[in-house]
Amino acid sequence: MPAFLNPELGLIFWQLVIFLLVLFLLAKFAWRPILLSLKEREDTIDNALRMADQAKIEMQQLKAGNEKLLADARHERDRMMQEATVMANQHREVEKARATEEANRIIVQAREAIQQEKNAALAEVKNTAAQLSLDIAERILRRELSDPAAQTQLVDSYLKDVKLN
Amino acid sequence: MKRLLSILLCFVSLSVFANEPANEPSEAEGFNPGEMILEHIGDSHEWHLATLGAGEHATHITLPLPIIAYQPGKGLNVFSGSQLAHGHSHNGLKLEEDKLVAEDGSKVYDFSITKNTASLLFSAALMLLVFTAVARGYQKNQGRAPKGLQSFFEPIIIFIRDEIAKKNIGPKYERYMPYLLTAFFFIWFNNLLGLMPGAANLSGNIAVTLVLAVLTLIITLASSNKNYWAHIFATPGVPKPLLPIMIVVEFLGIFTKPFSLMIRLFANITAGHIVVLSFISLVFIFKSWAVAPVTLAFGLFINILELLVAILQAFIFTLLTAMYIGGAVEEHHDADYQIGGGDGANQAHAHAH
Repeated sequence: MPAFLNPELGLIFWQLVIFLLVLFLLAKFAWRPILLSLKEREDTIDNALRMADQAKIEMQQLKAGNEKLLADARHERDRMMQEATVMANQHREVEKARATEEANRIIVQAREAIQQEKNAALAEVKNTAAQLSLDIAERILRRELSDPAAQTQLVDSYLKDVKLN
Repeated sequence: MKRLLSILLCFVSLSVFANEPANEPSEAEGFNPGEMILEHIGDSHEWHLATLGAGEHATHITLPLPIIAYQPGKGLNVFSGSQLAHGHSHNGLKLEEDKLVAEDGSKVYDFSITKNTASLLFSAALMLLVFTAVARGYQKNQGRAPKGLQSFFEPIIIFIRDEIAKKNIGPKYERYMPYLLTAFFFIWFNNLLGLMPGAANLSGNIAVTLVLAVLTLIITLASSNKNYWAHIFATPGVPKPLLPIMIVVEFLGIFTKPFSLMIRLFANITAGHIVVLSFISLVFIFKSWAVAPVTLAFGLFINILELLVAILQAFIFTLLTAMYIGGAVEEHHDADYQIGGGDGANQAHAHAH
């Protein structure tokens, strides 16, 4: 068997001792801190990604909430406007009715006043006419009552007239 | 990544040239490519960097390495490897074809810091340096994007965690992460270091892959649950008369899986080195500069391929380790009957490589 196929005791010994020593030292001073740091970093990245996702979801929720709020507000505004229109219409109707009523009332009053004025005017016209007739009659009478017969005749006719009235 | 690649490419082309002068003396006394290659992929008690001159007057530039020998009755013996150079003996010990033996023929346990052990120490130090720097990066850039070295290794670490550990082991993956990461980077780093000029062939050494495979086996067995053993001794969906055969096969499977891990890594890396060195040897076999372009082109090609193999083998070793552990910790699932659990998939993988 060639020499290189024959494991030497000395090298086996040194390899075992040195390899185990390196294994121990590296495990303690290199692999442990390295693997821990890697794990820590991966956890940090994982957390950050998860948090970003969460923030995204929250943002979406917030946006949806905002939109709902906006829609609500719009709806409310529409409702209010509609209400206002209805109320204004109502108000206008009421006002119109009242105005019409007032106008009617004024018209009625005016009519009454006109009637009264007309009556008064008519009465005055009647009185004036009567006065005038009397004056005329007096003047005529003054001239014609020289005759007593005629006087009596006239009185009689007057009396007749009065009865007719 | 681009810069790193270009740096690695520099080493690749360097290694082609760097290996050439080292072979010149052998050329003088008849070049033996097999010997040269075995010398390069094997271990050594000295770190040979270069040889200047040729023949008798050659100057070998080597890095002497410490010899640590244990002899029963004599105790521990530590001295510089330079004492044993050129066949000299020291404290009753000498090197015979680069093997430490006692002059009196008694038993010697060789714990020397060989070229591979030195390379192992270097790569261990490099890994500690690099990955504590990466860990510091996480402390410094807490809560920020990774920077520099940290950003280079982070995707690889995450890949091992997500694609290898999590997928194959399941929810209990965390406790196996240190082993998987260390094994992956140890193999990768040493595969790359092995490609450098004059470097040791550490991850292509069977002792190294043996230790890694045994560690995988121990971890698998230590974390095995009832379900794992039920799968071995009472494989679901197998007719009763076939069970004795299946038990033997499944039981052997416990050991053949890590054995295949050991052989695969060793063979892949060593084979890569052998191919690169063979192309370089062509120059000395033909004794002509005319073959240099061919050598260079093929050597470069194989070396680049080896860069890919370096990470691929690290990945395969880690992936299969994770699969074996996954098979051991897996809870009972009905899906097992359809896909044959983790074992079938593992076996298929083992054959593929």
